[in-house]
Amino acid sequence: MLHLKLGRVGCLLTRRAMVALTDSGARLSTHGHHEVSDQLDMSQPIYSDRPDTPLPDRPWKDVLDATDKSLKQKEKGPWSALSKEEKIALYRLKFNHTYPEMKRPSQEWKTVIGGMFFVFGFTGLVVFWQGLYVYPPQPPTFGEDWQAKQVQRMLDMRINPIEGFSAKWDYEKKQWK
Amino acid sequence: MVRERRDLYSLPDAPLASRCYSHSKVETDEEFDARWVTYFSKPDIDAWELKKGMNTLIGYDLVPEPKIVDSALRACRRLNDLASAIRILEAVKDKSGPHKDIYPYLIQELKPTLTELGISTPEELGMDKL
Repeated sequence: MLHLKLGRVGCLLTRRAMVALTDSGARLSTHGHHEVSDQLDMSQPIYSDRPDTPLPDRPWKDVLDATDKSLKQKEKGPWSALSKEEKIALYRLKFNHTYPEMKRPSQEWKTVIGGMFFVFGFTGLVVFWQGLYVYPPQPPTFGEDWQAKQVQRMLDMRINPIEGFSAKWDYEKKQWK
Repeated sequence: MVRERRDLYSLPDAPLASRCYSHSKVETDEEFDARWVTYFSKPDIDAWELKKGMNTLIGYDLVPEPKIVDSALRACRRLNDLASAIRILEAVKDKSGPHKDIYPYLIQELKPTLTELGISTPEELGMDKL
């Protein structure tokens, strides 16, 4: 039973990793037929937006409609004949995110810190409840009375009379120095 | 006989520290640049070779010289691939990291090629902003 569950978690993690690498949008649009599962086909070249890999294994948009195809034809001619919008369109056909877009900061840290504090708070509640319902009653040695008698006994025994405990007690004036 | 501590300093020197360099010749910067310019200058370079070259080059701990980028941009022209040309410019800008003066220098050196081939920089297309 257990190993079955672990296997599913593993599959989930690899799936999340793969989805994190690519966007599912256009990838699915390249398939003509309906897929039973949206599992990534690892035998095909995969698109990825990575700063260390400027030119991924395949273009972002595979399936080109008529306008895209005509633009690609125009690309074969002089590029100075292309307008700015056409150049941007050609870029967006081949790539999903620009470098600034792929390097944009995420807000994930807020979730992380928030989650941390939530866990601290919850733990605090658990610890408090423990103190109330789990701990056994305190030993009598903690009581005020007992502690006072204990201190008196220690002074009578002259515990650490030179540098420590009893050294701090003034035996004449019967008070702490 | 036990040697006194003092005596240890008078022991003969240990053999001079030997360096473990490999015996192959170290490539100079010029040789490196020339090799890459030649790579991208292949007249019938294909898309895969362009991809492989660029991805490898970007993997190195350096910003490619303008002449290498120039060669790569011309390869994009031969492949009718404007998008990759713009991507290459983005990539070398990214490689400069915190050194903000490298990319403007690169663009300045590449201006003739960019004009000749009709390549717009990401800045001209407004793609350098989010």
